[in-house]
Amino acid sequence: MGDIIFGLISIVIGIVVSYGLYWLLNFLVSLLPGSIGRKATWFAFLTPALVLVILVLIAPLFQTVIWSFKSDNAKEWVGFKNYVDLFTDERFLGILLNNLLWVLVVPVVTVAIGTAAATLTNQVGPTRERIFKSLIFMPMAISFVAASTIWAYFYAYVPPGRPEIGLLNSIVISMGFSAQPWLTMDQGRLNSFLLMAVLVWLQVGYAMVVISSAIKNVPTETLEAAQLDGASAWQLFSGVILPQVWGTVMSVFVTILILVMKIFDIVLAMTRGNFTTSVLAFEWYKQFFENSNIGPASAVVTVLVLLIGPLMYLQIRTVRHQEALR
Amino acid sequence: MNKGKISHLIRRMNVGSTLGMMFLVTLWSIPTVGLLITSLRPSSVAEISPWWEAFFNPLGQAWTIDAYQSSLESGMLDSLVNTIVVTVPSTILPLMIAANAAYAFTFLKFRGKELFFATLVALMVIPLQSSLIPVLRGMVAFQKAFDVRLTGTFVSAWVVHSAFALPLAIYTLRNYMMTLPHELIEAATVDGASYYQIFWRLVLPMSMPALASFAIFQFLWVWNDYLIAFIFVGEQKAVMTYRLLRLLGQYGEGWRDVAAGSFISLIIPLFVFFALQRFIVRGLLAGSVKG
Repeated sequence: MGDIIFGLISIVIGIVVSYGLYWLLNFLVSLLPGSIGRKATWFAFLTPALVLVILVLIAPLFQTVIWSFKSDNAKEWVGFKNYVDLFTDERFLGILLNNLLWVLVVPVVTVAIGTAAATLTNQVGPTRERIFKSLIFMPMAISFVAASTIWAYFYAYVPPGRPEIGLLNSIVISMGFSAQPWLTMDQGRLNSFLLMAVLVWLQVGYAMVVISSAIKNVPTETLEAAQLDGASAWQLFSGVILPQVWGTVMSVFVTILILVMKIFDIVLAMTRGNFTTSVLAFEWYKQFFENSNIGPASAVVTVLVLLIGPLMYLQIRTVRHQEALR
Repeated sequence: MNKGKISHLIRRMNVGSTLGMMFLVTLWSIPTVGLLITSLRPSSVAEISPWWEAFFNPLGQAWTIDAYQSSLESGMLDSLVNTIVVTVPSTILPLMIAANAAYAFTFLKFRGKELFFATLVALMVIPLQSSLIPVLRGMVAFQKAFDVRLTGTFVSAWVVHSAFALPLAIYTLRNYMMTLPHELIEAATVDGASYYQIFWRLVLPMSMPALASFAIFQFLWVWNDYLIAFIFVGEQKAVMTYRLLRLLGQYGEGWRDVAAGSFISLIIPLFVFFALQRFIVRGLLAGSVKG
């Protein structure tokens, strides 16, 4: 009960303080003489945001890069030692491979299923469309941790001799094979692919909704013209609809790609990075919170930032593209 | 080709699409349904009989909410409160700060505006892991120097969540504010209104749709976050994702208890989701999704 009251009070204080802060800044600016004051107005509106972004995002980012050249306790300089250690460690190379697999598989599969769902729901009438979309979209509201619980149960394995409760193993048994401890099986990175299924499950709804709205904007004249020419359903999709929504499909692809690069919670919740399922963001977590190695942890996350860097270019290009359309 | 044939083609597409979607929806729902059913069965049954037996024979089953009761009593209720206390200010504060900044970016002229803005867009992509360790160490150093407790408090989570929300929030709010009629703002300026008055009286009320849509996203994002809550709030005031992960890691607890915990953590976000789905779709289309 005390916590609830504390929460309510702090919410009120937070709002009052932030309102007061802006009022104060604006008051200070208005004290400045005419022309300087007008020029400095932006300062009153922007300062809190700038201070937060610099203190919590930008300065720490540089600090991380600096620490990546320091020892475990971040006291002595060690040059490139952390990076050399990482890239000569077979386990780390395996982690990079995992990240690569995630990046290759998840965005493509998600966008493909999302496009299919968007196309299909567009043809079933408004009521069914709403129901279908809600159900596919629903996982968006779920935390990665809860989603992992749901899927861990789907993959559940019980020792032989006890009744099977996992659906996947029951299906496998009914097909005449024996039950498997799926999440521990790293042959061909099988378990990593099983974790990817969770992220696909979570993200298809997003892809579907965005692509669906693009499909609805395709001019009906082009569709009717193609139908009159006797185009089949597939020709209609691949020849008329897809080319017109391609820009949207690509921007969804980039968004999911960036998300996948940073994937962390699913690995933590389902395997804790064991059985060769670790990825970069998880390795950072492990280095810092389990081993307290600041230097190596910073190096891992710097590698992640460097790999995401090129995607930043794609993101800025998407933004420019959208600005141009406006 | 005549009209009849076209409508025939459309009808065939309709049936095929419905079947295809029913398949996909079934596939998408099975994992959730399975865990939900398990959470509602007595533990003696849930451990030995698979959930689909109950699904196909719901009347011949015993159902119970025991697991939910024991989950709430063994700490989930506290965690629910903690999650709410973390989430609500972490949603309101960044919106306030971002709306001010977006206003400056949209309507005011100042040097270096383009550079500021490009930096913000770039920051949307940077993984939050890249700044967490220095922020945590900085807070610890601050604590030692000034004897103010920061880590392990809700305040630290609010600050960090707010900061990480800013790039995307400023970006989407600016995009929306750009569509507001400039003439109206100019007219207000001519009438002698200050920029501050214009912001509170005109721009903020007119931006409500964008603010609402971003608020929902930020709410869901913070509610479902594990990492920031784990680092900055920790065990003392464990949020639900934290407790759930603990539960999942302790073998022998039984699936039923984990399942009940999961569904308790889902109720509020799912309610928000279904009640405000329209806003969520609009937000997604405006590009407000955390990458």
